[in-house]
Amino acid sequence: MTPLADSQILGHFGPYGGRFVPEALIAALDELTLAHETALNDPAFQKELADLHRTYTGRPSIITEAKRFAEHAGGARILLKREDLNHTGSHKINNVLGQALLTKRMGKKRIIAETGAGQHGVAAATAAALMGLECVVYMGEEDTKRQSLNVARMKLLGAEVIPVTQGSKTLKDAINEAMRDWVTNVETTHYLLGTVAGPHPFPTMVRDFHRIIGVEAREQCLDLVGRLPDAVLACVGGGSNAIGIFHPFLEDKSVRLIGLEAGGKGIESGLHAATISGGTPGVLHGTRSYVLQDENGQTVESHSISAGLDYPGVGPEHAYLHDIGRAEYRAITDDEAMYAFSLLSKTEGIIPAIETAHALAGAMQVGNELGADAVLLINLSGRGDKDVQTAAAYFGIPL
Amino acid sequence: MSTPLDDLFVNTRKENRAALIGFLPAGFPTQPRSISTLTAMIQGGCDAIEIGFPYSDPVMDGPIIQAASDQSLKQRTGSREVFATVKAIAPLAPTVVMTYWNPIERYGVTKFLESMKENGGSGAITPDLTIEESSHWIEETQRLESNRIFVVAPSTSDDRLKKVAEASTGFIYAASLMGVTGTRASVSTGAQTLVDRIRRITDKPVAVGLGVSTPEQAHEVAQYADGVIVGSAFIRLIQESKSEEEGISKVKNLAHALAQSMKRS
Ligand SMILES: Cc1ncc(COP(=O)(O)O)c(C=O)c1O
Repeated sequence: MTPLADSQILGHFGPYGGRFVPEALIAALDELTLAHETALNDPAFQKELADLHRTYTGRPSIITEAKRFAEHAGGARILLKREDLNHTGSHKINNVLGQALLTKRMGKKRIIAETGAGQHGVAAATAAALMGLECVVYMGEEDTKRQSLNVARMKLLGAEVIPVTQGSKTLKDAINEAMRDWVTNVETTHYLLGTVAGPHPFPTMVRDFHRIIGVEAREQCLDLVGRLPDAVLACVGGGSNAIGIFHPFLEDKSVRLIGLEAGGKGIESGLHAATISGGTPGVLHGTRSYVLQDENGQTVESHSISAGLDYPGVGPEHAYLHDIGRAEYRAITDDEAMYAFSLLSKTEGIIPAIETAHALAGAMQVGNELGADAVLLINLSGRGDKDVQTAAAYFGIPL
Repeated sequence: MSTPLDDLFVNTRKENRAALIGFLPAGFPTQPRSISTLTAMIQGGCDAIEIGFPYSDPVMDGPIIQAASDQSLKQRTGSREVFATVKAIAPLAPTVVMTYWNPIERYGVTKFLESMKENGGSGAITPDLTIEESSHWIEETQRLESNRIFVVAPSTSDDRLKKVAEASTGFIYAASLMGVTGTRASVSTGAQTLVDRIRRITDKPVAVGLGVSTPEQAHEVAQYADGVIVGSAFIRLIQESKSEEEGISKVKNLAHALAQSMKRS
């Protein structure tokens, strides 16, 4: 039991979380909550998931110490938790396999998912193929153009990709459209949400499926260094990879937890996706958390070079960890992230996802602040193959 | 205390008919035209009005209301315009605001209800506010004598129906089907089943919405419900009209035909 358990009644994290959804979804959310809680305590489910992770995902993921990169981070020891080496190239598969197994347990045959960069869509399509489920992925029309390679990947995996033409035509609108589909088809369909946002039980359930990252990494760090890290860092879009690595460290008060949000062109510019650093409390997509919004409560469009962080909301547990001071959140600009992206590629031979590059830029800051005695654990949430086009354009490399 | 909306249902029950409730987003198609359109809806025969607070992420709405909300938001419709509309319409017919939760939370629950009262509105319909999240809302609507209208769905369990019915005042909004707003070829049979289930729990008024667009459908629903809610059908007429006059006259005609079908036969 964590000390947070009390505040989690009905999926609340202090004043955050909860359920702000049409009544039509309540029965399905209750069913899902029950399925999740039952599965948590069911050794057969846990074994099935663990076996899949061992034989399909490629878990446990390794730790790589980044010694040359560390020279640019104040000489601190830099440990990279390699979620990029998972099947499909990011942490997203941890959650997707868990929810796909729950879908089968609930007797549903169809999953729907939203995707921004396409990473969650690809992971969902992969799990659907593996388990024989029908899969529909909603993706903003803008994003289908920016990430055409991932659209093709999803189609190759047998999924249907529906471009969303409403609103800003990006991730937030893809979520709206997925929720409309879910309200209409809830009896046969599971909404496989890709991050720790949305109505209860999603923030708790998706976190539980990603905790494996932190559980493994804590053990691996103790083995390698003989002590806990001074800080754990991760990028924060909706916040799933961050909460996955943070959560097992919550009780370790000596360990700083640092989330790196997308600062875009700088918070002052208004063109960013740093929801905690630059937003205010509000309700979006079924949960209360920080939101980028105007004075009428209308959601403001976010901006980031990284499609996976380009979201005007954030998971409610992060809002709570921020308010109680257990975790810190900083904004990293597009340029800072791209510098770290290039640096890791050239010093370690690892091309990270641009999302992840925000965490690496944060590690450079924190390493320089804490100095050579510090040990930093960074969640390398994904690989950069999907970002080659964006990065080439940014650095002026002709394709 | 009772609001104009409460009084309406007392009367329609005496008259053995259903009340016709018309919906339009504030600021659609423009702020002045939304007021002239709502006025035409009332002149045609709407007994009560739901003014929509347009919202950037309307997950319960189908393409027609989405497009109308977008058009309204592009003109920067906000709380000021919503309450100006309430002020203009409430003297003509009982008026409520239909809004997703975040605009209320952002404006402030107490301030929202005070503005509602000042401008003569009866209360609010809150389709994404679950009863679990509504303790403060219930306290404040109680204190400021405002109707709070929750929405229930065919999938709502009897246990929850009880709780939601208990918490609702004015009327209970029964969503006729599992889905989003829009016009439909027929009214789902689930609507009557749901209303029957609510009747077994409470004698509070029940109004049916989602997918009602024609006088025939409205007549069918009027046989068993206290209120019939029509939105997308009005909006579509305005979207299809070439001039303001054409829109107003079509809206008035539809309201008239719908009002004729509120009788119980
Ligand atoms: C590699 C990678 N990291 C991080 C994220 C951001 O999501 P979250 O904050 O939920 O981990 C994404 C989302 O697409 C991603 O692909």
